[in-house]
Amino acid sequence: MAERVAVVGIGQTKYTATRGDVSLPGLLREAAFRALEDAHMTFDDIDCVVVGKAPDFFEGVMVPEYSLVSALGAVGKPIFRVHTAGSVSGSTAIVASQLVEGGIHGTVLTIGWEMQSCSEAMWALSVTMPFQQQLVAGAGGYFAPYIRQYIARSGAPDDTGILVALKDRQNALLNPYAHLHEHDITYESVRDSIMLWDPIRYSETCPSSDGAFAMVMTNEAGGDAAAAEGRQPAWIHATAMRSEPALAAGRDQVSPQAGKDCAASVFKQAGITNPRKEIDVAEVYVPFSWYEPMWLENLGFAEEGTGWQLTHDGVTARDGDLPFNPSGGVLSSNPIGASGMIRFGEAALQVRGMAGDRQIDGARKALGHAYGGAAQFYSMWVVGSDKP
Amino acid sequence: MSDSAPIELPEGLWSQPAVDTSAVDSITDVESVQLITTPAKFVYDYTPGVARTRFLRAIEQKRLVGQRCPETQKVYIPPAGVSPVSGLPTLEEVELGLDGTVVSYCIVNLDFTGNAQEIPYVSALILVDGSDIPIYGLVREIAPEDVHFGLRLKSVWVEPEEMTTSFENIKWWAPNGEPDVPKSELADYV
Amino acid sequence: MRDVAIIATAQSKHVRAASTLNEVELIQPVIHEAIEQSGIGRHDFDFTCSGSSDYLAGQPFSFVMTLDAVAAWPPIAESHVEMDGAWALYEAWVKIQTGQADTALVYSYGKSSPGDLPRVLSRMMDPYYEAPLWPTSIDFAALQARVAIADGVTSEAQMAEIANRSRNAAASNPFAQLTSSPEVADLLSSEYLAEPLRKHDCAPITDGGVAVILAAGDKAREHCTRPAWIRGIDHRADGHHINFRNLCVAPSIGIAAEKAGVGMGPVEVAELHACFTHQEPIIKAALGLDESTVVNPSGGPLAANPMMAAGLIRLVEVANRIHSGEVSRGVAHATGGHALQHNLVAVLEGEG
Repeated sequence: MAERVAVVGIGQTKYTATRGDVSLPGLLREAAFRALEDAHMTFDDIDCVVVGKAPDFFEGVMVPEYSLVSALGAVGKPIFRVHTAGSVSGSTAIVASQLVEGGIHGTVLTIGWEMQSCSEAMWALSVTMPFQQQLVAGAGGYFAPYIRQYIARSGAPDDTGILVALKDRQNALLNPYAHLHEHDITYESVRDSIMLWDPIRYSETCPSSDGAFAMVMTNEAGGDAAAAEGRQPAWIHATAMRSEPALAAGRDQVSPQAGKDCAASVFKQAGITNPRKEIDVAEVYVPFSWYEPMWLENLGFAEEGTGWQLTHDGVTARDGDLPFNPSGGVLSSNPIGASGMIRFGEAALQVRGMAGDRQIDGARKALGHAYGGAAQFYSMWVVGSDKP
Repeated sequence: MSDSAPIELPEGLWSQPAVDTSAVDSITDVESVQLITTPAKFVYDYTPGVARTRFLRAIEQKRLVGQRCPETQKVYIPPAGVSPVSGLPTLEEVELGLDGTVVSYCIVNLDFTGNAQEIPYVSALILVDGSDIPIYGLVREIAPEDVHFGLRLKSVWVEPEEMTTSFENIKWWAPNGEPDVPKSELADYV
Repeated sequence: MRDVAIIATAQSKHVRAASTLNEVELIQPVIHEAIEQSGIGRHDFDFTCSGSSDYLAGQPFSFVMTLDAVAAWPPIAESHVEMDGAWALYEAWVKIQTGQADTALVYSYGKSSPGDLPRVLSRMMDPYYEAPLWPTSIDFAALQARVAIADGVTSEAQMAEIANRSRNAAASNPFAQLTSSPEVADLLSSEYLAEPLRKHDCAPITDGGVAVILAAGDKAREHCTRPAWIRGIDHRADGHHINFRNLCVAPSIGIAAEKAGVGMGPVEVAELHACFTHQEPIIKAALGLDESTVVNPSGGPLAANPMMAAGLIRLVEVANRIHSGEVSRGVAHATGGHALQHNLVAVLEGEG
């Protein structure tokens, strides 16, 4: 009953603080056309469009997909909008894949996007209400205490976060689409950047970006046809989503159960028993550098309390045996509503052998990961060069 | 149409789709528009709900109240009316203390609140006495580098005449001089 | 396709302003009533999906707080759409089609009372050309009504009859907000709100929520004596800019109706998401319904219109009539956007 699903087209925009030269529809069309061109298709070949983005307040447009219907070639077609907080465009890619997997559509276009320059994200996220507890320090202030707790629990060296930021920003230099291209970055420049939310330094936080990411997914016949023409598809081996409440007493926010369950589910479905060995490359949602060691443990790549050792040993570097975020990751580009799909799509580019200078040699199985809310919403997929 | 520098794109992998822009290019007699501003302002009358109303009425009287999950017995502050673990209404109200314990924190070096905090300041996760879930709060009257896990705090309130139905009644939290709570007793609260 | 059915439903009592309850307090009893009706344990659903709107709630990530109501612990497979709950049901139906779930909990809710709804809805318009003009949802509907009348699709008299019929029908709907109507002649002598629309032509502003339990195949039969099987379901969009659209017709409804198989059998009952009286004949025509179909026996959105829930309620009202044995085959329609831009059509059937 379940249809195999192939990613046969991928397109993305250059990420920048302010695009300025394109409208909302223009931004989405740029990514969409590139994905279609990659797939050797036009809008006529698309049965359904699935979009995802962060809260509507970010652009000040309520359900913006309705005014995008014509621009996305979706008149007379289904258009679907997903909203699951920061994990949204990972979830969006999963919903799109399931429309093919469930046999409802043959070919689906999915797009994640954000135009953060349209408004002040910090404002959009902080509508004040007298009955809510004060969060006196913005988004970083929410997560920093949990990072401090991770450091205390694991005994990780203070500079673990610096190493992650340095690696991801250097990886970004190989990704022409990345927002931040810091050619002069050094260990010292990260270390000496302002300590915003101790233990998080400025250079260990993600930027705020404009950008869009699009993928074309087809059924098995479509994937086979692309492969026959020499265009390597990324085959979806497994997808999973998990959620847990934001404020549940006893909830571990350092290594949330939903993340553990989601990883266990996606690996099990993909037939993976030893993720550290079997995953060749991972694109993981790391908005603050310390989340790399935290997710290494949460995803089951490392024993609890030892994730930082992999970072220090260079395991997650481009030339390590488990490269994390060769694209430069969220730390280098963060159009919020696209950031999840970028992880999923960069994983797909790797197993298609189409990641350009950031390609990891021999990548045949990759993990895409996104999370959101109060570290409570998770979406993940495993893609491979070979059919599942 | 834009007069900003063209965006660098990788060569060879993808090209821009062929779009006939001749009509746009022929517009030479007007300046390009890169930004339009549409101010939008909405006023919402939020409903705190039954549980939060009780909480706000209490905080107006310098009291902190939580609500207990009927299944797990955990006490929630601020109560939202439903236990997120059982999905059941939290009907039993629990009087909490006005002191608490630091379960984690960060030191902030930028003013995110826009009201000129002393920099640096400490934002902490504070477990209010009698509750089972920490809340965020500002910690003052102590050097940031001296804040630590297990530090005991008292809540510092606005003047009686300034008291309203708001969390803002608590100005900040400050050390209460009691001995630290051992880390092992706080393990379940982060 | 797997056979999937609506096996349990619940709604709130819909009101103008649920001013004592917050969103989670509003939806929690509704969710739990549907769960209890289904006989499935509250931790035992394979998938959960909800629909709501940040702009209605006036806060970002507003769905996060209502997740508290579903007991998402241990963690659950869950998703959310920024659309009417009918599309949350659609996503759950897709999930069941993949074989990854046999049961699903679907809910949606909207509290329109905190904000100025007609103005809030103006933010749905194209942000470059239309939204800066601040057209309200009523202004926009009036434009559609004007062309519909001009083209002979409807008349002010027919619109008043639809309003009168709908609200009187709601007398038997315990959840409805408006449950009676003045005589047609009196309606027609009332003032215009936005000519040609009068107050009675517009759905009320409502706070409310709805929950639905879906199950596949034998699981549905095990938990429901007469499941309401989803025989067909499809959704389509039309363009946005009104100058590109003929507002007298809704082509996307026609496509969705054909894909869902509306014409494959008699339609005994139809619940239509017509928030304005003039939209009912447009939707009926697009669905290909004739006078043999009973339309909106619940009173429809004209009797209660909780945003983000009113579409899913249409499926619920048809399903309830199948559960009770009152009808064997019915059609539900849900809409999103302005002037019937995005439409979902579902065909529900009982067995035997």
